[in-house]
Amino acid sequence: MENDRAMAEAALTLDEVPREELESAVIRFAGDSGDGMQLTGGRFTETTALAGNDLTTFPDFPAEIRAPIGTTYGVSAFQINFGSRNVMTSGDLPDVLVCMNPAALKVNLSELREGGLIIVDTGTFTDKNLQKAGYEANPLDDGSLDRYRIMAIDISKLTLEAVKDCDVSKKEGLRAKNLWTLGLIYWMYDRDVAATVEWLGTKFKKLPNIAAANIACLKAGHAFGETAELPDGALVYEIKPATFRPGLYRTVTGTEALAWGLVAGSQLAGLKLVFSSYPITPASSVLHVLSRLKAYDVVTFQAEDEIAAAGAAIGASYAGALGVTSSSGPGVALKTEALGLAITAELPLILINSQRAGPSTGMPTKTEQSDLYLAVYGRNADAPLVVLAARSSAEAFDVAIEAVRLATRYMTPVVVLSDTFIANAAEPWRLPDVGTLEPFPVAFHTDAEGFQPYRRDAETLARRWVKPGTPGLEHRIGGLEKDYTTGNVSYDPENHQRMTDVRHEKIARIAGDIPEQEVDQGPAQGPLAVVGWGSTYGPISRAVERSRESGISVSHIHLRYLNPLPRNLGDLLAGFDKVLVPEMNMGQLTTVLRSRYLVPAESVPKVTGKPFKIAEIMDAIRAHSET
Amino acid sequence: MNDTVAIPALTPQDFTSDQEVRWCPGCGDYAIIKAVRKALAEIGTDTKDVVFVSGIGCAARFPYYMDTYGFHTIHGRAPAIATGVKLANPELDVWVVSGDGDGLSIGGNHTLHALRRNVDLNILLFNNEIYGLTKGQYSPTSREGTRSPSTPLGSVDHPLSATRFALGAGARFVARAVDTDQKRLPDILKAAHAHKGTSFLEIFQNCIVYNDGAFDAFAERKNAPETQIFLEHGKPLIFGKERDRGLRLAPGTFSLEVVPLGEGGVDESELLVHDQTNRPLAGILAEMEPPDFPMALGVLFCSPEESYEAAVYAQIEDAKAISKADGIDALLRTGHTWTVEAR
Repeated sequence: MENDRAMAEAALTLDEVPREELESAVIRFAGDSGDGMQLTGGRFTETTALAGNDLTTFPDFPAEIRAPIGTTYGVSAFQINFGSRNVMTSGDLPDVLVCMNPAALKVNLSELREGGLIIVDTGTFTDKNLQKAGYEANPLDDGSLDRYRIMAIDISKLTLEAVKDCDVSKKEGLRAKNLWTLGLIYWMYDRDVAATVEWLGTKFKKLPNIAAANIACLKAGHAFGETAELPDGALVYEIKPATFRPGLYRTVTGTEALAWGLVAGSQLAGLKLVFSSYPITPASSVLHVLSRLKAYDVVTFQAEDEIAAAGAAIGASYAGALGVTSSSGPGVALKTEALGLAITAELPLILINSQRAGPSTGMPTKTEQSDLYLAVYGRNADAPLVVLAARSSAEAFDVAIEAVRLATRYMTPVVVLSDTFIANAAEPWRLPDVGTLEPFPVAFHTDAEGFQPYRRDAETLARRWVKPGTPGLEHRIGGLEKDYTTGNVSYDPENHQRMTDVRHEKIARIAGDIPEQEVDQGPAQGPLAVVGWGSTYGPISRAVERSRESGISVSHIHLRYLNPLPRNLGDLLAGFDKVLVPEMNMGQLTTVLRSRYLVPAESVPKVTGKPFKIAEIMDAIRAHSET
Repeated sequence: MNDTVAIPALTPQDFTSDQEVRWCPGCGDYAIIKAVRKALAEIGTDTKDVVFVSGIGCAARFPYYMDTYGFHTIHGRAPAIATGVKLANPELDVWVVSGDGDGLSIGGNHTLHALRRNVDLNILLFNNEIYGLTKGQYSPTSREGTRSPSTPLGSVDHPLSATRFALGAGARFVARAVDTDQKRLPDILKAAHAHKGTSFLEIFQNCIVYNDGAFDAFAERKNAPETQIFLEHGKPLIFGKERDRGLRLAPGTFSLEVVPLGEGGVDESELLVHDQTNRPLAGILAEMEPPDFPMALGVLFCSPEESYEAAVYAQIEDAKAISKADGIDALLRTGHTWTVEAR
């Protein structure tokens, strides 16, 4: 459990509220899709970051934009884990569950920890809503929630009272009940409302009455906490600021970090960024972020389909820009032919895959890591490319820059694997000084003397990149096999073997240009290594830490480079008796490691659309430590 | 005063690469590439600034034979890839070479969207009404009943008109030509090049192996004057070897009719005058086909509007002009930030 401290009960008085100091807490806001839970969570995140806590968030919402009101499948939730110590996951089990309607309670109750606090809006617990949520009796009355502590408040009614002096309709007023609830939570955790007040003022600048209603509700919820005779068991807490490395911080989602990393990377390479994409959940937000960055010399293109998006990115790279495309599983499947072209044309290209649960359309808003095979192997013929994975929202910035470096230095497509969790989850980020990063400017070839389009650099095996428009270097490239020397079309059997070999060798050699694999925690050899990649970093890291605290010898190895793999990885894994691979798929990295190194790696698969809980990985570690 | 040197005029030979041409002897593609090289030489564009992008098919080998920049890509995707080229560098002179299968079947979607966006590309669609490179299957422009390896009893689906497709997609420049018409084809290519925005040129191209003579009804030289009408903006719609027939709207209808001119016929003033800025007119002209009507060739429609990449860059320039952004570090520091002091 993320927070397994006992919580003292405290009776509240009007005068002085005793605040219990906690190390961390997990809150889950849950309501109808239209209840504004993501907004509520986003504001709580900002305020919590400003209060100096470390945090990780987990937005969990349905694919339907507006599912029928009150239904279980229309429930949208936002979970945040925040604390005075390093927070690495969005939290196994919430301490507090906010339910804006019965369906939210129905869907989320099983996640709440034993003894956790439930805050419900009783105004929505009508017979009709109970029935829609599948309740035969009102759970607030029938004793079924006895294991939990309940704060039952008619938030709907209090919201309407709060807005009675605002110039809004009843419907508009009621929509502010998420802010009322947020105000109450702010009070519970001793948070300042100022940043949210400011944000509301800006967001509703053109609708001052709506801004006023929302602000009134936020303050009313906060005041309710201060002044109300709260039921026994309602607690107030203090979570002191976490210890961070000194520096300037902000919160960032993986989407933002990836987008900004691409901009930073293209500037370090001295290239114009052409980003071309087709709308798909959860990848569209990268396009949204970049399309607002035109002032940074970013060209964005919403193509007619996934294939065109990949094609236009390749065309842009051919013309001397950095072509980047982005999608999620089913869209990436459509781009595979284009990847083959970029591989044989030997052009830089970056493909970001924000993975989601599949196959096919699957569960578009739920997270999964099941496109590793697709990234590493998923093309016709022998078609190697570079595969990188981001392990957290903030790290996505560095991964994006590394993708640009490798794509341009080696004239190759690079697949960057992200996922729904990283795309949406926010965490504090110590801002880098991009001005101090080592630039890697692209030197376009301009010398006509002895020019051949497929002549290679002896070290990197990369061919030369020539911008159309360069005098004297007119040449043709394409998808047909090319002569090793002249680049002209060739069907020569030996030449095809040689070209296939060199395409393979070019990618393999990148292992010499990436860092050796380090052990994240634990000894460099021993009985058990847990190997992960991507967004499982947080739960694996915490699970290994706790297992080690409990006396188990276990190490954590987390991969950023999935193809080629780090040059020392085989030796490193050979130093462990057992290798355990928790993955949000049915064992894809396990297969890769087994086939590559003949190590007896064992999979810990999970494909529920939700991130691993720390406890699940700890259980697996324990099970493999006992046998 | 600086010395000046005369820039030598380019010749068609300057646009010819060193690669051996591998189209079938007698293929219409030879005539087309000859006309393209001639047109480019006459336009005077520098070989370094020209990019030919193609997909897959016989026509798609075109870039290999041009001594310009060239990219032979994947089936159907050339308009999308060319759009990326143009977005990265709007200064380049980008040509797309496609066929009826490449551009209207597997790549129909990309052709549609390039046309509606009005990217400054010159799209040459070689229509031979057959899949040549895959050995003769019927194509989306093949006439109903076409016998082919995949339709031994004749095809039962209805063909698409490339030109009407382009007009429907919102193309701002739509023209038609016959491969062997070396007199007019270079001029039409030059008009396509001069048009800023997507230029769509359907070229009726004879496949000597799998669909020989498909266009004889109007393309054969001996029949041409009676079966073709060459459109010229502002000129009355007259055709025939003796220029003795014309087109007008049948009175009281929106249908064309062929009428005799002169003695015993109608007066020239009663004929339709070609207006290349009139899309509905282009539509009914595109529908005509022998034997009842002549085939309309030349520029059916030309009505320029701002090209896509020009609009994209105008937005970028506007954004830069009003931006307070000062480098990537400033970008990262927008919104709420906080400082953690050393303890």
